[in-house]
Amino acid sequence: MGTFVPNTKAQQEEMLREIGFEKLDDLFAHIPEDVKFQGELELPDGMSEMEVTKAMKALADENVIYDSIFRGAGAYKHYIPAIVGSVLANETLQTAYTPYQAEISQGVLQSIFEYQTMICDLTGMDVSNASVYDGATAAAEAVAMCRERKQNKALVSAAIQPSVMKVIETYCFGNGMELEVVAEKDGKTDIDDLKAKMSDDIACVYIQHPNYYGNLEDAQAIGEIAHSAKKCKFIMGVNPITLGVLKTPREYGADFAVGEAQPLGLPIAFGGPYIGFMASINSMKRKLPGRIVGQTTDHNGKTGYVLTLQAREQHIRREKASSNICSNQALCALAVGVYLSAMGNEGIRNVATQCYSKAHYMAKRFEEIGFNVENKDFFHEFVTSSDVDIHIVLKKLSDAGILGGQPLDTHRILWCCTEMNTKEDIDKVIEILKEV
Amino acid sequence: MLVFEKSRPGRGVSALPECDVEILCPEDKDLRKTELHLPEMAEVDLSRHYTELAHKAHGVNDGFYPLGSCTMKYNPRVNEKIAALPGFTDIHPLQPVRTAQGCMKVIKETSDALCQITGMSDFTLQPAAGAHGEFTGLLLIKAYHLANGDTQRTKIIVPDSAHGTNPASAVMAGMEVINVDSDDKGLVDLNKLREVCEVNDEIAGLMLTNPNTAGLFDPNIKEITDIIHQCGGQCYYDGANLNAVMGWARPGDMGFDCVHLNLHKTFSTPHGGGGPGSGPVGCKEHLAKFMPGVKVVDFDEHSNTNMLSFAKAEESLGEMKNFYGNFLVAVKALTYIKMLGKQGIPEASKNAVLNANYMMNKLKGAYDMAFDPKVCMHEFVMDLSRQAKETGITAMDIAKGLLDNNIHPPTMYFPLTVHEALMAEPCETESKETLDHAIDVFLQLNELAYHDPEKLHQAPVTTPVTRLDEVGAARHPILKYEF
Repeated sequence: MGTFVPNTKAQQEEMLREIGFEKLDDLFAHIPEDVKFQGELELPDGMSEMEVTKAMKALADENVIYDSIFRGAGAYKHYIPAIVGSVLANETLQTAYTPYQAEISQGVLQSIFEYQTMICDLTGMDVSNASVYDGATAAAEAVAMCRERKQNKALVSAAIQPSVMKVIETYCFGNGMELEVVAEKDGKTDIDDLKAKMSDDIACVYIQHPNYYGNLEDAQAIGEIAHSAKKCKFIMGVNPITLGVLKTPREYGADFAVGEAQPLGLPIAFGGPYIGFMASINSMKRKLPGRIVGQTTDHNGKTGYVLTLQAREQHIRREKASSNICSNQALCALAVGVYLSAMGNEGIRNVATQCYSKAHYMAKRFEEIGFNVENKDFFHEFVTSSDVDIHIVLKKLSDAGILGGQPLDTHRILWCCTEMNTKEDIDKVIEILKEV
Repeated sequence: MLVFEKSRPGRGVSALPECDVEILCPEDKDLRKTELHLPEMAEVDLSRHYTELAHKAHGVNDGFYPLGSCTMKYNPRVNEKIAALPGFTDIHPLQPVRTAQGCMKVIKETSDALCQITGMSDFTLQPAAGAHGEFTGLLLIKAYHLANGDTQRTKIIVPDSAHGTNPASAVMAGMEVINVDSDDKGLVDLNKLREVCEVNDEIAGLMLTNPNTAGLFDPNIKEITDIIHQCGGQCYYDGANLNAVMGWARPGDMGFDCVHLNLHKTFSTPHGGGGPGSGPVGCKEHLAKFMPGVKVVDFDEHSNTNMLSFAKAEESLGEMKNFYGNFLVAVKALTYIKMLGKQGIPEASKNAVLNANYMMNKLKGAYDMAFDPKVCMHEFVMDLSRQAKETGITAMDIAKGLLDNNIHPPTMYFPLTVHEALMAEPCETESKETLDHAIDVFLQLNELAYHDPEKLHQAPVTTPVTRLDEVGAARHPILKYEF
């Protein structure tokens, strides 16, 4: 069996004797018999490192790695510079705990402070927290924090990622907030329906931009409608990659910007770990959930960083806390920080531009072979519809080692292009589908 | 120096090729007008920047980390090697299931092993952290009561020694918290518990960790869960302290209906400076139909294939997050479980408890132990009230003194039931030599408290910064770099 216990049997016995016990089992003698586990756990025998490597590699090998991926829908394959993995493999940064002991945690705290700055810079917002679990919980937490005594209802656009909607629903099931869906029309939030549903008891309006279908929303107009009601907040869910070129949530008048930061340096990894970012305008900062790092000075006047505004948090406020979040996704925030530092201003604009350009190239090619592209204004995801059964489309591509888009129904597919998709790959998809 | 201050325009990493299609741009009305200020760095500058940050941090590899309730055990390197395999990192969560069978097996094998270790019948890996698992467990209980028509069951009992996340999670689940004080032994006060539960049809359940936050196994545990069940409530096990009892006692056998575990504590995955963790939730059969997310099941009985598939629980409460949880964390935990196996897992707990008792006994003379137990489990709580009164040296001062000795302090001022608490959890992965050295340091610091307290008030002096002005930080928040 494998073990990570350094003490030898002889040492264990010596330690026991020194504290007046005979055998290890005596330390468990006070556990009542009726709850003591009898017998042996039904688990396999332990393994050496060599054996476990082989066993786990066998599992990894059962998965199909697609070289060419045209599927996004909430998980995006982008190029990750080597420096990101190299920093994340640093054993100190990887194994440290939440930085409660600030004096020996300046490295972790500074990396979070830098992350917060970069998120604010991308989104145009004033304050960012240190992260939450993923884009969906970021959306759900943002909706929950807008709740007021007389504003207990959230309006959420139907054109958001469906699984994000489900997570918002779950959080509302918990806290009792009312959730109403604003209809979609032509792949976008239906402005008339939104107007009709606005009232003074609305806590917030949540949209995704670009939305699930890749379309750019009329965010400016939606924000103005949201703010027409007393106390109503405007939350925008955004893909941070798009902010390399697209207008910031702040420029659209949003009170909160949230989203999935997985595209910024994290692998798709069968869905996690990813990272949710949350940023707000200054006046809402004390309502943000989770850790926030602030700059301060030590006794000698030297600049340093600490966890701050902790009066919002569970370990201080218990049942009065703004959220229960404790562990967040700190190492993923580090990945985002390294990624953005490696890419820089030019790099992030380049990624965004390539995503946009390639998606539009692919959409144009689809139209050439008779597929209908449903979108008008889109970023790097778009929907095709055709008479051909999607199963045939996706099967043909899969046979050629290509993961096609996400099926929406029997004839509609949601495609995604990133900088990883070469012109050659796109042309290959079109060649294959021309035949069907 | 911040990365922004090191940035020089024109530097960068050669990450991407030229765009190979015609470059297009969104319409002007959609373009950002706000300037970007991301760092512009050569790769060598980045490498050194983050190396410098690592030097100003403390990981398990840097030294002893007896942080109570956090289980800072050594994080095996093989876990990282396995989790970095492209066969795991490059799999899209929405790939067809037939192309992701290996990932699904990871989920299934991990869930099955956790069921076995906890005595539960079903597990979901979707919750991303311990607190997220608590929230999930409470929603399971809520869904159960609602399905029974018991809409009035909204009150949840939480002992005063509980983690702060417990009451905070309860509120997120729309429940009202009833705090129950501990007795003078640090255990659940049975009389008070009975009082609360008597003729009360509003009790949704109880949240408890056993061993509790004082490191004590509650011998009345069966009676406690019985009392809750008799009044119609459900029992929730906070798995933060599971490292004490693996293979020795199972929450399921103690009478708990659902549990959350922390893979980043008990199952050796790294804490990452505050995540990503993983907080799988297990439950017994009567709660299984409300489980969130999807469950990995055999493809279908008639197809005669060995393919696994996803299925939704019949009255599922919904989704806790996108996709299937922090998958790569589960990969690491499964690697660990496979390596330890059926003998190694109880062996880990045994040694965790041995190390804690060894340290507690060696420190007993100098430090008062909260509730003065004869035997503790995987952790113990020192109470420095006496030192505080006699020397002015507090738990905080001793903690800061430890920093100068390259030891991460125990958890401070927790549980709240002990005034000057230092809660130490040595973990099984520490050697006698490490413990002996730490014991010496603790004893020296106690000496210092009595002979030169001023020196301790000044501590730490060897760290990159000295004590920081937290009040100032909260009063005048500077939360980002101003360009």
